[in-house]
Amino acid sequence: MKIFFHLGRYWLFMASLFGKPEKFSIYRRRVLEEMESIGVSSLGIVTLISVFMGAVITIQTVYNLVNPLVPLYVVGLVARDTMIIEFSPTIIMLVLAGKVGSSIASEIGTMRVTEQIDALEIMGINSSGYLVFPKMIAAIFIAPFLVLISMFVGIAGGWVAGELSGVIPTTDYIKGIQYQFLPFNVTFAMIKTVVFAYLITSISSYQGFYTDGGALEVGQSSTRAVVYSSVLILIFDYIITQLILI
Amino acid sequence: MIEVKNVSKGFGEKQILKNVSHRFEKGKVNLIIGGSGSGKTVLVKCMVGLFEVDSGRIEYDGRNFSEMNFKERKPIRQEIGMLFQGSALFDSMTVEQNVMFPLTMLSDLSHQEKIDRVNFCLQRVNLPSSHKLFPAEISGGMKKRVAIARAIAMNPKYLFCDEPNSGLDPKTSIVIDELIIEITDEFQMTTIINTHDMNSVITMGYNILFIHKGEKWWSGNEQEILKSGNPEVDEFIFASKIMQHLKK
Repeated sequence: MKIFFHLGRYWLFMASLFGKPEKFSIYRRRVLEEMESIGVSSLGIVTLISVFMGAVITIQTVYNLVNPLVPLYVVGLVARDTMIIEFSPTIIMLVLAGKVGSSIASEIGTMRVTEQIDALEIMGINSSGYLVFPKMIAAIFIAPFLVLISMFVGIAGGWVAGELSGVIPTTDYIKGIQYQFLPFNVTFAMIKTVVFAYLITSISSYQGFYTDGGALEVGQSSTRAVVYSSVLILIFDYIITQLILI
Repeated sequence: MIEVKNVSKGFGEKQILKNVSHRFEKGKVNLIIGGSGSGKTVLVKCMVGLFEVDSGRIEYDGRNFSEMNFKERKPIRQEIGMLFQGSALFDSMTVEQNVMFPLTMLSDLSHQEKIDRVNFCLQRVNLPSSHKLFPAEISGGMKKRVAIARAIAMNPKYLFCDEPNSGLDPKTSIVIDELIIEITDEFQMTTIINTHDMNSVITMGYNILFIHKGEKWWSGNEQEILKSGNPEVDEFIFASKIMQHLKK
């Protein structure tokens, strides 16, 4: 029965975000700050993970494609589609669920247990709108850029790994990544990214906002935020893939 | 003036406040005292709207706060300043930004007017040169003073203080108490302090409400409380050795 309590409270929490902002200019500035905090500060980890994902996909594809009838450029094609359709939107957003989700939950949770949220409410400020809405808008806006960068860097990482290890010549790899390219795959990845960004920010904010207790509970909220966001990303990955690709 | 009329509040099966009624006077420091778990914090949180009452009403100068929705409460909330037990300063903001925050969010003042108001408030709490420091860089007593400066930034009519002396040394406690008395008198606010600091009771107990097991047990002033004759009040007031010594 507890799940219905949380579902109901989650939707009430979501509804509370959309109250009229006290001042649009403040919200605009907060969105920009959050874009830097969520997006720009995640650029390093996103790039690093993407390079190695692309490299490993390339080498593993070569390792598995032992049939001489299969042309070598297929390795580039596989690396491209794997990065675009699945690895960039899903793995990168799972990483962000860990990095950004835990940060959001612990930030808001700490504000709750140190009465900073109470202070906002007593001033007559819509605390959930002020704290959470800018994070959500920032994440939904900036995450697609991170995923696009991840796609590009991942495919480039595959090329570098192929070239360095000598398993696939550059010409074959370039041919592969150009072969039968479907722009819709990028659109599909962007749809997934936006949904995942919403899930990460809303779930993490919810966990932080309803933290009750002290430091221990803040840690627990942070852990729950990461676990629930990750599980829901995987579930929605499956749902969206089935709805759109089948 | 704030009036609490027949307020009851419970959480689940547990009844925390039972039919509490009291009048908190304008321009005076009003105290709510009682042992731990007596319900005084719940009463204050009901009064500021952080908790909803189960029954009864809370009136701010005749305006029934407890029956208003979030939007209707907004004008009253902007007349309320609150000093939290842990100060509740925003960690990511400097002292200046903390004090300026309510002005930025809720007023239409120009930037210069806001700066002037922040300077006035920080000056008023004797912190004229801490503008650029972060809460993590200042002492507990300074945090309380910054929190008071933020609470009075919007020129409130009502000031709530939740255990303003907790975690402070006796000397700093006295400074904070005196500051609260001064600003209450200066701005003619209705100040309500939730405390169990005996020095505060003796220094500023003009109107004391003693809560015991969620009920209004006793009310009076700092002179009357010393000879109330009420066993629960006496047990609370004369719990410490210093107070027992004074009684003798």
